[in-house]
Amino acid sequence: MTATVVRKRSALTKGQLPKFAPYIVLAVAVIVGAAILALIGFNAFGWGVVSAALFTIGLVAWSGAVEGARKAKDKLATCLIVGSFLIALLPLVSVIWTVLVNGIPGLVTPGFLGTSMNGVTGAFDNKAVEEGGKVLGGIYHALLGTLQITLLATVISVPVGLLTAIYLVEYGNDRPLARAITFFVDVMTGIPSIVAGLFAAAFFFAVVGPGTKTGAVAAVALSVLMIPVVVRSSEEMLKIVPNELREASYALGVRKWRTITKVVIPTAISGIASGVTLAIARVIGETAPILVTAGFATTINNNVFGGWMASLPTFIYTQILNPTSPSNPGPSDQRAWGAALVLIILVMLLNLGARLIARLFAPKTGR
Amino acid sequence: MSKRIDVKDLNVYYGSFLAVEDVNINIEAKSVTAFIGPSGCGKSTFLRTLNRMHEVLPGARVEGEVLLDGDNLYDAGVDPVTVRTQVGMVFQRPNPFPTMSIRDNVLAGVKLNNKKISKGEADALVEKSLVGANLWNEVKDRLDKPGSGLSGGQQQRLCIARAIAVEPQVILMDEPCSALDPISTLAVEDLINELKDQYTVVIVTHNMQQAARVSDKTAFFNIAGTGKPGKLIEFADTTTIFNNPSQKATEDYVSGRFG
Repeated sequence: MTATVVRKRSALTKGQLPKFAPYIVLAVAVIVGAAILALIGFNAFGWGVVSAALFTIGLVAWSGAVEGARKAKDKLATCLIVGSFLIALLPLVSVIWTVLVNGIPGLVTPGFLGTSMNGVTGAFDNKAVEEGGKVLGGIYHALLGTLQITLLATVISVPVGLLTAIYLVEYGNDRPLARAITFFVDVMTGIPSIVAGLFAAAFFFAVVGPGTKTGAVAAVALSVLMIPVVVRSSEEMLKIVPNELREASYALGVRKWRTITKVVIPTAISGIASGVTLAIARVIGETAPILVTAGFATTINNNVFGGWMASLPTFIYTQILNPTSPSNPGPSDQRAWGAALVLIILVMLLNLGARLIARLFAPKTGR
Repeated sequence: MSKRIDVKDLNVYYGSFLAVEDVNINIEAKSVTAFIGPSGCGKSTFLRTLNRMHEVLPGARVEGEVLLDGDNLYDAGVDPVTVRTQVGMVFQRPNPFPTMSIRDNVLAGVKLNNKKISKGEADALVEKSLVGANLWNEVKDRLDKPGSGLSGGQQQRLCIARAIAVEPQVILMDEPCSALDPISTLAVEDLINELKDQYTVVIVTHNMQQAARVSDKTAFFNIAGTGKPGKLIEFADTTTIFNNPSQKATEDYVSGRFG
């Protein structure tokens, strides 16, 4: 048994606030904030803002009095950074919450994912509202359209984008052509999506015939938006492949093109794959270019090269703007929110897929 | 399976900058030749011209002749890829391919060139090359593990195994031990001594003891000043260079009285 030495506070920790100081300040700030808000009319948002401000002032002032200016500045910086983080988080959480709350009733309706809007008229919606039956119609056609259009856009963009990136990194050597391509890729990144849609529509009107609106036209429009993203991300990934690996390959008597396909791309593939996935996530929610290129449909269309085609964003747009039953927009709202939830889930799955791909393809280490 | 190298009046340029001037050197087959000299004197640049790796860098070019058993590497119509299959190279930093297993790293020269090879032949080649690089006993139980999991010295010997698997005539080594600890350095130096029986070896080194230990002949490169081209000052038997050099600059350098 050793005797417990009772000692005074260490000289090294003198002049510090106790660990529980922030909690005291927080409690006081919340109570005082509630009191102030009670005087001028209570609302939860104002309460949060006033409490946060009081907390910051109180903690910094107390720290300044006890611990000195340096620690007070540190506390002020911490408060500002945490505050900014919370502000940045607010819209994200709010969006997810709103979409979940509004979207789940639509999503869990039986047949929502499996039926189209074919034959669903305002009469059914009125009946559902007045008699409390289930809301008919679903997003199958739109989901199918989104998947087809995005897939075709990916099939177009990835080869073009990847080969462009290979040219820029491996063959460009800062030649005028390479610099021009880099410049125009940057310009393309900034093209408004509606302009890309108009370009694709005008292009197909001129080549195929006026009024050509199909999924393929929409895919071309989305490619215009996707290609610069794919080029940029692939270029960065190819650039960080160490030159030593290329030289090692050349020194074994391997030709340049085989070096690129067998050494450079496999080394960079995880980054390229996740870049492509993020590019898909970027265009999957585009509304305007699809509206002017694929129109909108209420029926299932399996042919991406013929006929108007629905997609999730345009489905949401039309359901909100032109409810199926103008007198009872409730069911249309429900379907639109359900589609929005599906769209967010798709984007989330794509991002998870990108992480999975990055992990699967990453160069292996370990013994 | 080894060839001699004769260099005649070689000038090496980066764009318009003359990096190495007027080199004449005769490297015997089945010998170890060391290049020594201060940093930036053009040893590595000159070494890279011996298998046309020099021209991988944009703007780099060469005037003069490099004869591999009498055939000029820089004749019009010579494919640099053919040159590099005959003259292998090991780099300063170990650079195994990170996406490949140890086995695939050794077979890289064969597989990347899309040559067909049966599994039995491939196994034999892997064993032969790894034995040749003194690495077989350490990795024979984990050939399917990634090459990047090996230690630095093992990785460098893996790179040497990869280079000898394509059965070159000449092996160039650009400071192969500068990133290794003394024990791994010893392993690589032992290996160089063994490689001499089959290959012509040219090694660039900053370590004069290493040059003295491993090489038969030594070439001393020097540079007159910043922005001036590097030159071959003296080329002779290693013992002569270290004990009885004919040039004052060589003597100053090997005795540490440089500058």
